Amino acid sequence: MIRLEHVTKRYPKASRPSLDDVSCEIEKGDFVFFIGPSGSGKSTFVKLLLREITPSKGKVVVNERDIGTMRSWKVPNFRRSIGCVFQDFRLLPNRTAFENVAFALEVIGKTKTVARRVVPEVLELVGLGGKEHRYPHELSGGEQQRVAVARAFVNRPLILLADEPTGNLDPDTSIEIMRLLDRINRTGTTVVMVTHDSNIVNQMRRRVVEIEGGRIVRDQPRGVYG
Amino acid sequence: MRAKYVLSEVAVGLWRNVTMTVAMIITMAVSLGLLGSSLLMYTQVSKMKDFFRDDVQVSIFLKQDVTAEQRDAIKTELESDPGIKHPVDYESKEAAFKRFQDQFKAAPELIAATKPEVLNESFRVKLKNPDQHADIAKKYRENHEGVDSVVDQRELLSKLFNILGSLQTLGLIIAGIQGLAALLLVGNTIQVAAYSKRREVSVMKLVGAANWFIQAPFVLEVIFAGLIGAVVAFGALAAGKIFVIDGTLKPLASIMPPVAWSDVLVMLPVLAGVAAVVSAVAAWITLRFQIKM
Repeated sequence: MIRLEHVTKRYPKASRPSLDDVSCEIEKGDFVFFIGPSGSGKSTFVKLLLREITPSKGKVVVNERDIGTMRSWKVPNFRRSIGCVFQDFRLLPNRTAFENVAFALEVIGKTKTVARRVVPEVLELVGLGGKEHRYPHELSGGEQQRVAVARAFVNRPLILLADEPTGNLDPDTSIEIMRLLDRINRTGTTVVMVTHDSNIVNQMRRRVVEIEGGRIVRDQPRGVYG
Repeated sequence: MRAKYVLSEVAVGLWRNVTMTVAMIITMAVSLGLLGSSLLMYTQVSKMKDFFRDDVQVSIFLKQDVTAEQRDAIKTELESDPGIKHPVDYESKEAAFKRFQDQFKAAPELIAATKPEVLNESFRVKLKNPDQHADIAKKYRENHEGVDSVVDQRELLSKLFNILGSLQTLGLIIAGIQGLAALLLVGNTIQVAAYSKRREVSVMKLVGAANWFIQAPFVLEVIFAGLIGAVVAFGALAAGKIFVIDGTLKPLASIMPPVAWSDVLVMLPVLAGVAAVVSAVAAWITLRFQIKM
């Protein structure tokens, strides 16, 4: 599903590369934690997968397509196959939970009819049934992140990319979000989660890839934070 | 749905930033108005050139104290001049006064103050080859007893054309400067709009909305403002035609063919086209290179 082949990413003016000859493969349906200290290259990894940046060397292959050489006008279509969740939720404050999720559908050309059918389903799935018409400021942090997950998942993406999704949440809420991600993973969606929340990693016992100084220093099938 | 979304975004964008929108429309309108009047002036000058092309008169004014012999000598010479069309037209003092009265009938006090004696008698000739006007004028200006002055219409006209030409250049320069200001405002408007919609834009990019779909509201917003500017500029041109050309300048109709409505009307699509293309290009450059959307 995702394959990095000797990927090096060097930013101009940086003394050392953010990612240095990294190779790694993630199969369809995997659940993988990427851990590592700040500045280890985790964010670079996320940006490469979203094709916000291209590798300086090597190949990033997602769903059998080399996204490093992908033409920029094909990028939007490619992104529709990846759902994204962030630490800061990135919801639109002037839209309700329903509208936030519907927005993601409508801007890629889905009709209102489709949105009216699909959005309540996915909000139900993330456990927000009955709160469709609340605005983000009327929801708790955990609920806001659920809206974000619903938005990421509403298109049934092949990959769900979560960048520190529990970074702003308390431990109990974090665990609820993890349960949700786990449930999404069970539908066959590949989940890649970047985090430095050791509790969660230790509890989930999933594959752990540790990055340090731009290199993979550990790749364990059922790892702990370490 | 998508068209409706884009259009409502355009309306919201224009209204959210209404002072900037108005500033943009005004600079666009001034720039386009000047461009339009320069273009009109250009067609007008070439029309006037055609209008006078074959009809150029050279007037040879005689001195107050010209003798009959001198007058006859000049007349004979004119009549035998191969460059001059027949008949040679003679205008006596009385005939000159009549024409004077006719020309200045709007200013009776000027007519009252003028006597036929102070006007010069003259020969008015047309040329076989209008391009020879300068030579003919020069020939009779020199070495001819009894000739007071030679007025070459072409010379007068070329002075007029020079003035019109420099007005036109000036208009185009100001139009250019205003146009530049309009472009900067277009860029600024888009930056402000992009900033106020940065959340929406980042979500749209994240979920994979097409680039054209993300950019269209911004581009259409400035194109729309540009079109309003073009309509305002066209309104100003039409008002200029009604109130200045057909109003204040009406007495000049004898030397200036009227500005035709068809020429003015053609300016609407021309200005609208210029406005739309220029704002679209400016918008695209801003989005592509400045905001890197």
